[in-house]
Formats: sequence, structure tokens, C-alpha cells
Amino acid sequence: MTAVDTRAGTRVPRRASRSVVARYPVLVALCIGALFMVVPFLIVTVNALKSPAEYAQNGPLSLPHGFYLDGLKDFWDRVDYGQKLWNSVLISGSVAVLAVVLSILNAYAIGIGRIKGRTWVLAFFVLANVLPQEALVYPVYYLSKQAGLYDTRLSVIIVFTVIQAAFGTYLLSSVLGTFPREIIEAARIDGANAWQVLWRIVVPVSRPTLGVLLVFFFIWTWNEFLLPLVMLISNDNQTVSVALGVLQGQHLMDATMTNAAALLGVLPALVFFLVFQRTLTRGIAVGAVK
Amino acid sequence: MTLTVDRGGRALGKRAPAGRPRGNRRPRNPYALFLLPGVLAFAVVIVGPFLMNTGVSFTEWSGVGSPKWTGLANYRELLDDAEFWASFRHSLLMVIAMAAVPTVVGLVLAAALFDFVGKHFGPRIAAVLRACFYLPQVLPIAVAGIVWSWILAPENGSLNELLKAVGLGSWQQDWLGDPDIALYSVMGVMVWVQIGFPLVVFMAGLQRVDPQLYEAAELDGAGWWRRFWHITLPQIRPEIYVVLTWCTIAALKVFGAVYVLTKGGPGGATDVPSYFSFTTFFEKTQVGYGAAISTVLTVIILLLSLVGLKLQTRAEDAEEGGVV
Repeated sequence: MTAVDTRAGTRVPRRASRSVVARYPVLVALCIGALFMVVPFLIVTVNALKSPAEYAQNGPLSLPHGFYLDGLKDFWDRVDYGQKLWNSVLISGSVAVLAVVLSILNAYAIGIGRIKGRTWVLAFFVLANVLPQEALVYPVYYLSKQAGLYDTRLSVIIVFTVIQAAFGTYLLSSVLGTFPREIIEAARIDGANAWQVLWRIVVPVSRPTLGVLLVFFFIWTWNEFLLPLVMLISNDNQTVSVALGVLQGQHLMDATMTNAAALLGVLPALVFFLVFQRTLTRGIAVGAVK
Repeated sequence: MTLTVDRGGRALGKRAPAGRPRGNRRPRNPYALFLLPGVLAFAVVIVGPFLMNTGVSFTEWSGVGSPKWTGLANYRELLDDAEFWASFRHSLLMVIAMAAVPTVVGLVLAAALFDFVGKHFGPRIAAVLRACFYLPQVLPIAVAGIVWSWILAPENGSLNELLKAVGLGSWQQDWLGDPDIALYSVMGVMVWVQIGFPLVVFMAGLQRVDPQLYEAAELDGAGWWRRFWHITLPQIRPEIYVVLTWCTIAALKVFGAVYVLTKGGPGGATDVPSYFSFTTFFEKTQVGYGAAISTVLTVIILLLSLVGLKLQTRAEDAEEGGVV
């Protein structure tokens, strides 16, 4: 690697020096692009810390004079934000765990068990994965009312567990399809049954992939909007995404309020992003091309 | 592909020596039981509701009482419904904003970060820049909607204030309230939301590419642009198809952004099929008609997925066959 570099350097010194000149404009252009992506976050943060008077006086583009946290506190109390956070955590967490379990059971039968007609079974899961929620939303709404599950967090957990497991099954099946058969065969000869092989061999070995799926399902469910909007109408059950979306749609918030809402909505996402960034990028690489 | 796998599986099953309990040799595969919870759950949550939705689309129903069978009446009505056609036209523009633009920009960005910044300024700077572009992807769309509604507000909105500050006051607009530009504003927001996804996938794909290819091309005097065109693009063709398929489907399903930014307005200028079916279901309570809209959307998405899957597998096969 380094050898090649120096060779390239000695062979074409002139071009190398010209590329140095071209280097910085490209980097600057990329940084401006990145800044444009981040600026909305900065503007929101800056304005969430201003008092209404200060905002009215100096507009949205000035820097705040101090840390005005009352706006955030007012908003928190007004929408009972703690409850909304807890709902989101409860729903997203339950879905992540349950969907990973369901995915691994399905993928075990398809990828390792190699059941008959598995291509069709897999095709079915892929289709279920791209099916638009618009084609499910009314029946789910109607049937959950019939079953007495309407406006419960449980109903949303059940539906998203299945929807996310469609993707998980598809991804895990291709991962487990390449699982070394010898290990399984050896365990079977030693007298382990299918259940033991799954929990003692397959699950521990595929732990990295399962971790990625867990993170994905959690964030995806956290961000879901359409189904929770339809299913969770009472304030006590709403998730962060739905509560903020509904508030925004009502156009009842003043500027300080809006920024408090936006900042409180952005913060959890930033936490996920920083904690899981490595997992996420790794996971996208796994999921992109099977 | 499926054929060879099946043939192989069966052949193996016949040849497997005694003493190795292979599932295929027995009448019942012991692993099939593991599929039971999944099959049951999917039958209840996905298959059942989907069939019900399709059935309801041939009826007239307000959600109360029993549906009245009307055959294809809903679909005939859709064909003459200007609102329906408009929503699909807007959908096409969303595909441009969420699939076409992010894919092209993402490709150039990925190649620039990987083959230029990573090389000259180190992988850390490339990773930081990548993170900045990816950030909007983890944001709930409702939150992105709040942020942008406020930035694009006609009075005191940051964008208009900024234009005023740099002396372009005459360019100020009611970005989300003017029927002529609201859709373009929503498209702009969606580009911002979506751009990180192709970038990250393409950068991950470039990790697979043999660095010697780039080095050899550089020694032969190929500039950045030629390396991009002759190495980067062909090498990550499978990823390009995956991203295009995923993003197109996401664009057709776009709902949250329209709900929080414009509610489909002003005057239906930003209505999309998903939002159109939502209002038909829950505001107009024409459940049969709403079901017909969502069924059409489903058929389009399923067809697109099949095409995308075909292109992807073909690209992968070509790559496996044509490795240098």
C-alpha cells in the first residue's frame, strides 16, 4: 500500500502537486454540503434556548443571550412529555425484542431447516415487507376495535412486531443460509435436538446480526407515524412521533413552543445516532446486498 | 436460482448416508414447526387484513353496518377522479425527490468521500462528513416536519429571514402555503431527509471493491471522474438497484411528511396517494373507495419490488460471473 503510494508519487510528481491545489475546494464544497444538512438542527437548538421576548426582538437567526429553559419545561409539562417518551420506549423496545425472536424462529426454519418450498415462504416475507401499511390500516383499525384492542399500546406492539419481523426474516434467512452445516450436523450427531441447536449454537454465533436488527427495529418503530396515529388516540397512549406530529398539524404552537417541541423530538434521535452509529452503518451494509 | 437450490437440496437428501437425520428424508421436516408462530402471526396481522382490504375495495362501506357489493364501481370511479390522478402525479415527483436525486447525489458523494477525502484527508474526516449527511435519516419524520415547517414559515421563518439578511428580500415566499411551490418545498425537505441512506449504502458497497483497481487506474493516469465512471459505478451496481428500489417504494408510501408539513394542501397541491387514502378512510369515511386507492398503490409497489429484485439478482450474477 505505502509502496504503491510512493511509487505513484515519484512517477507522477506533477499531477500530484496539481491535485493538492484541487484538494481543498472539493473538501470545502463537501463541508458546506454537510453544514447544510446540520444547520436545521443548529437553528432549532439555538431558538429553543431563547425567551419569547428575545425571539420577537431579534428574529430566528440571532444567537441566544443565555440559557432560557422555561420554554422547554412548559412544553414538557403541557404535553406530558415524560409519558410520551415512556410510551415510545415501551412500544419500540417490546417490538424490537419480539420481532427479533420471531425473525430468528422463521429464519431458522428457512435458512437452516431448509424446509420444503422455502423459496416461496421467503418470497412471501419479502412481499409482506414492502406491502404498504395503507393497505392494512383500516382492517387493523376495524378488527382491533372488534377485539377490544383499539387505542392500546399492545395493538401497536403486535402489528409492528409482525411488520418488522418480515424484514428480519428476509435478512436472517440469507445470513443463516451460509451457516456452516458441519457444526449443526455435529451437534445433531451428539444428540442435540433442533431446539437446543437453535439456542446454543445458532443464536450465539449470529449475535452481531441480531444486535443490528434490534437497533433497527427499535429506531424504525420509534419513528413510525401512520399506524400509531390511527391506533393511539388517547393522550396517555401516544408516542413521541405521533404527539409531535399531531401538535404540528394543529398549528397552535408559537415559535418558542415549536422549537421546544422540535428540540425534544431531536434529542432522542441524536442519542440513538451517537450510541448506535457504528451498528447502524454496519447494519445497513449487511441489509443492502444480502 | 431457486431451481438449482431445490435440485441440490433434494439430491443431497437422497444421497445423505444413514445416521444423519436429514429433514428431507423424513416425511416431516422437524424444522417446519419453528415456522408456526410466524405463519400464525402473519396470517392474523398481514394476510387477513390485506385480504379484507382488497375485498372491501369492491364494496361501498362507511365502516358501520355491512358493506354493499358494488363490483368494480370504485375502480371505475378512480379512473375519472382528478384528485386521484393528481395524487399519483405528485407521487412521481416524490420519486424524483426521494429516489432519483438522492441516488445520483449519493453516488457522487460516496465516491468523493471514499476515493478522494478518505485518501487525502484520512478516513476520520470522511466518517464525520458521512455522519452529517446521515443524521436526518434517524429523525422521526414528524420532528423533521416541525423543524422545516418552522424554517419555511412565511412570517419570521429562518429561510425568509436569511434571504432578507443577504439582500434577496424579493425572493421571499410562502414556501408551504403557495399552491405553486408547496410541492417543491416538500420535495426539497424529502431530499434532505433521504440523502444519507444512499450515501451510507454506497460507501459500504465501496468497501467491497478491491483497492488495487483504483491504484492501477491511477497509475495508468485515469482521473477521478474516469475512475468514478469505469470502476465505482460498475462495481456497486447491485447496491444502486437496491437503493433505487427501496427509495422508490418509500417515495410512493410517503405520508408523515405530507401530514405534518401541509396536510395535502394548499388545495390538494401536495396530496399523495397515501394521504389521499387516509383522508378517504377516516375523514370522508368512504372505506370502500379508500381501500381501492390503497389496493392500486399496493399493486404498483409489488410490481416495482419484483422488477427491482430481478435487476438486483441479475446485477449480482453478472458481478460474480465477470470478476476480473
